[in-house]
Amino acid sequence: MTLEKTEVSLIGVAVALALLSLVAPNWLIFTTTLAISTALVVMGVVMLMRAGLVSFGQGLFYCLGGYAVGLGGRFFGITDALLLIVLGVAVTVGVAMILGLLVTRYREIFFAMLSLAFSMILYGVLVKSHGLGSTDGFGVVDWTILGFLPGSGESSSRIALLMALALALGVALFLNRYFRSSIGLACEAIRENEVRVEYMGISRKQVLYINYVIAAAVGSIGGSLTALAAGHVDPTMAYWTVSGEFVFIAILGGTGHVAAPFIAALIFTLVRTYAIELAPNAWQMILGIVLLLIILFLPKGIWSLFTRKKRVAS
Amino acid sequence: MLTVWAILIDGFIYASWLFLVAAGLTVIYGVMRILNMAHGSLYALGAYAAASALGWYYAGGGDQLIMAFVIIAASAIMVGALTGLVIERGLLRLMYGRDEVLMLIVTFAVLLILEDVIKLIWGTTPYSAYQPYAAMGRINIDVLTVSGYDLMVLAVSLVIGVGLWFWLERTKVGKILRSIIHDREVSEAMGVNVRRMFTITFMIGATLGAIAGGITAPIISVVPGLGVEVIVMAFAVVVTGGLGSITGAAVGAVIVGLARATSIHTMPELELFIIYAVMATVLIFRPNGLFGQVIARKI
Repeated sequence: MTLEKTEVSLIGVAVALALLSLVAPNWLIFTTTLAISTALVVMGVVMLMRAGLVSFGQGLFYCLGGYAVGLGGRFFGITDALLLIVLGVAVTVGVAMILGLLVTRYREIFFAMLSLAFSMILYGVLVKSHGLGSTDGFGVVDWTILGFLPGSGESSSRIALLMALALALGVALFLNRYFRSSIGLACEAIRENEVRVEYMGISRKQVLYINYVIAAAVGSIGGSLTALAAGHVDPTMAYWTVSGEFVFIAILGGTGHVAAPFIAALIFTLVRTYAIELAPNAWQMILGIVLLLIILFLPKGIWSLFTRKKRVAS
Repeated sequence: MLTVWAILIDGFIYASWLFLVAAGLTVIYGVMRILNMAHGSLYALGAYAAASALGWYYAGGGDQLIMAFVIIAASAIMVGALTGLVIERGLLRLMYGRDEVLMLIVTFAVLLILEDVIKLIWGTTPYSAYQPYAAMGRINIDVLTVSGYDLMVLAVSLVIGVGLWFWLERTKVGKILRSIIHDREVSEAMGVNVRRMFTITFMIGATLGAIAGGITAPIISVVPGLGVEVIVMAFAVVVTGGLGSITGAAVGAVIVGLARATSIHTMPELELFIIYAVMATVLIFRPNGLFGQVIARKI
């Protein structure tokens, strides 16, 4: 198996970021970790978008991943970060396999609203669970990685970033191949014309189901990483406006390339860090206006800026 | 037995409020095929406009209940119709003919913008205009007491429901709108000015949202983020009843209202859960809602 150009660049960027983290200030490391975690959830939204489905409820899996980390540490005494992430993925895949049977029967706004409803159900349950801190959520236990305690403060956040980078690289390499696998391509075909896909002998239900479950698992990893890096989980992770932000980032990046969600999430997180300080009451307005501008002028997201340049050059 | 009565009374009062909130949403979807996420913001705009107008009125020494209602209606209708006009003419017009899902995202952007516009105009401090609510007192039914204002909301909701039904089923404009719902292209070919009808529909839908907010303003404390909470509730109602159907919105509101009241009186911790659980259950068995139409798939 030889590496392709995209794979080489993905590995290169990940290694470069890992090296940069040795000199970068602490806040930047933390922001980058959050951006990578967010990008993983957005990746799930993008996977569904490629199949023509818009999910306003991806926060469900984000929240499941986060709470699995929190609860695993609190009630089962698991402290190993990787084990906690695996636990989150296992729980999420279980939930997604049940929900997937239902939601993959729906399209367009019905899919959007149903996924929103399920994520709001989780939100409603968590808000009323007083044992889990209700709306305040609760803190995540000090985690270890492979039997080694990363300490606190700077070294801990650096190790969280390295872990996020490694996982994100793995996911990106996998999805890069997945998008061009027969299932990945069938998703795009379903977006274009479902009935013709059925005529070709492909089961659209099966394709959408598998795609939905993988998207959920990827989103769960993002949620787990956020919980580990931030050290706290709360029910807002499942609130529908959070899912709306994921949709925003997905549209900002576009569905053209596996790297697009990462770039979009990094821009989003960095801009938000400043915007909330400078203009706390205009941040959402900026988001809304940018979203409209992208829909009107860059329907394929910021990634299309790169591809357009390439075409002009050649 | 007392609980049953309490559930029925609370349920129907809550259902009438839900119908008020959901009516505009379903009218817009029915005619224009746009699921308007910004509907919650119009509700919030109406609530803020009514609350600050009432604030002026009562601060100026006014204490007439009738005047208070005139003020609520006038401020809500003004702000709703104006915002509706601006959104439809300024933005949605550029997007007609695109995917339903894309329109959903466009209206999500409008929601984000309006949320901050509200914060910029009214700030983040809560507004309250409790005077009309207090002035209407409470009515005793056996051992239960019901607020007079809540009963008035129920009456307004009935009037608006019947009015909408009459408008769509018995007037010329309603007939034209139904022809657009049925087949847009043929109506256009028959000389219907579809664009103007869209503008009218969107303004009426937006006004309905603002009226719902205006009427609710005396009951609640008007705070930022109000619209975001309301919109999901309204979605649950219209999706349960079937998108685009007035009857569906009414039935959906009654089902969701009664389910919520039952939950509050018996298992309060399930309150939020039950609304979406009802919606999910209905969708499992009737994918297009109770009164929704099945759309034939095109090959």
